[in-house]
Amino acid sequence: MQDDPVIRVVSKVMIPTVMLFALYVQFHGDYGPGGGFQAGVIFASAFVLNAMIFGLNRGRHVWPANLNLLAICAGVLLYGLTGIASLFLGANYLDYDVLGATAKSGQHIGILLVEFGVGLTVASVMVALFFTFAGRLTHIRLMSKMQAHEEASPPASKTKTKAKKAGGRS
Amino acid sequence: MMQHLPVLQVLLPLLGAPLAALLRGRDMAWGLALLLTGAAFLISAILFGLQYSAGEALIYDLGGWPAPLGIVYVIDAASALVLPVVSGLAFVATIAARRLVEAEIDARDHALFYAAWLLTIAGMLGQITTGDAFNIFVFLEISSLSAYALVAMGAGRDRRALPAAFNYLILGTVGATFYVIGLGLLYMLTGTLNLTDLAERLAEVESTRASFTALAFIALGLFLKMALFPLHFWLVPAYAHAPSAVSALMAATATKVSVYVLIRLMFGVFGVEFNGLADAIGLLILTLGIAGAFAGTLAAIIETDLKKLFAQSSIAQLGYMAIGIGAMSMTGLAAAFIHLFNHALMKGALFLAIGAIAAQVGRASMQTIEGAGRQIPITMTAILVGGLALIGVPLTAGFISKVYLVRALLEQNFWLLAALTFISSALALAYVWKIIEAAWLKERPKGAPVLVETPVHYVPAWLMVLATIGFGIFAGPLVDAAYAAAAVFIGGAR
Repeated sequence: MQDDPVIRVVSKVMIPTVMLFALYVQFHGDYGPGGGFQAGVIFASAFVLNAMIFGLNRGRHVWPANLNLLAICAGVLLYGLTGIASLFLGANYLDYDVLGATAKSGQHIGILLVEFGVGLTVASVMVALFFTFAGRLTHIRLMSKMQAHEEASPPASKTKTKAKKAGGRS
Repeated sequence: MMQHLPVLQVLLPLLGAPLAALLRGRDMAWGLALLLTGAAFLISAILFGLQYSAGEALIYDLGGWPAPLGIVYVIDAASALVLPVVSGLAFVATIAARRLVEAEIDARDHALFYAAWLLTIAGMLGQITTGDAFNIFVFLEISSLSAYALVAMGAGRDRRALPAAFNYLILGTVGATFYVIGLGLLYMLTGTLNLTDLAERLAEVESTRASFTALAFIALGLFLKMALFPLHFWLVPAYAHAPSAVSALMAATATKVSVYVLIRLMFGVFGVEFNGLADAIGLLILTLGIAGAFAGTLAAIIETDLKKLFAQSSIAQLGYMAIGIGAMSMTGLAAAFIHLFNHALMKGALFLAIGAIAAQVGRASMQTIEGAGRQIPITMTAILVGGLALIGVPLTAGFISKVYLVRALLEQNFWLLAALTFISSALALAYVWKIIEAAWLKERPKGAPVLVETPVHYVPAWLMVLATIGFGIFAGPLVDAAYAAAAVFIGGAR
């Protein structure tokens, strides 16, 4: 799809806008409709669009897999540690009242942090899901190509299945 | 910090999971899992003591929001009894997991394996502790989703783990969906999700058809989750093809938690007086329970793979727990709790000992253990004593379970059922005898791989075997705790 100039130009304009909108949904979520789940999905859709237009490899290059794993875990930990922080400040788990100067500002800070954790994890899990399943497609294509190749040349197939067996985990 | 213990025992493994996923390096993730499950066990033991000395339920308001508005964690006599069982067995399984995981799972996946391991434990502990019906669903999904992943990780050694995990996923999701449909109906009727609040408000709408439908959905969903006959077909392949460490953890804990949740909802929310509960659902559970006891035992007798054999025997044992629930009496519930506790110990020990063999020869079957009684007497004796406890031989904990189960049935004048329970227990002798015959009476065939004793496996297995014998001889405290747990749901004297 990257050969079509219209799609490329439009998506280049769209991707930052989508991300900005996600941030709006994320941080305005405590006043209006929105929140971490929705924002995370919208944010991830920017990455999905990018990978669909410019190819999986460039998509992976923008957001490497190990960084993604870190983001998945960091989001959960941010949520959990916000709760732990209120434990250390002498209140019950996830009681945001004690996080700020007043109960109201405390609630504000608490929900902002927790929802950010949710958003981070949801966005990175969505990206991980997309790349995992999209990656399967190239894998499957490669496998079927190999199969076709094997069927075309029978003697080569024997060595290949042997190599596969040896390479497989025991 | 003491007042925060109810939340900490769920929180530590839950937050340990993302940390474990990030840890690199040999055994780091395992060390973290061991530390956190150990801490959870310690906390749940302390909670049991605190609850016992307080004599009433300990309640923890999450976020400082009191019930029924907020989510509360409730440590009452029932959850205080089941918590140490689950966290204790999780701890013991984690000790033994290191070698089993090294033998069976690719080194790159270890961090993710222990992340899922901790998640499934956190999910189970959460289901036991929480006092909110929807929160139970959330924890149910946390523990189940990670359990599907854990079962599927057996694929490196045994490709059949993949279809097993997929079946488990589909049926587990159907079960969870049924549960949440029932819950939706209840929420529509009462406008609350807090278990205590639900129980109070449900009395007003008791005679509606919607409330009975909700009960049916919830019960059916949990029957699937606890693998009650005939909804047990996911269990045997899932236990048999999962990595050995996962088989041990799940056989000891997973279905027990669903049994507990079923008791909590059936008796704690709907109540034994509920319209149609005793007549319809009670009778159904009794029938399915005894049918499961026979089906599981008979299937175990013809099975040759040891993991499958004991998975089938789990179906039978879950049948006995169901009979205890179906008796709809104080003694019946106490018997269910006693058996839940004992069966967790026995199956934990058995699957660890089998795992020790499977890790060496790939598959523990009647063929691979031929003559093993002389080569690895310590491990095989653990399997033997565990098997005897399953039958219910006196001096083992299994005997205590059966005594209270039969007593509960006789109280209600279910003579036939009591006799059937006795017969199905005696039938279990057949599969234990098969193991004795293979392991001790046959010579080790020439050319068979030499088995060696592995202390990392037999020490935790023997710990549980000794506990089984200990609770078989000094059953008093356990019986008292089980009656206290039953008293949470059914009033009345002993």
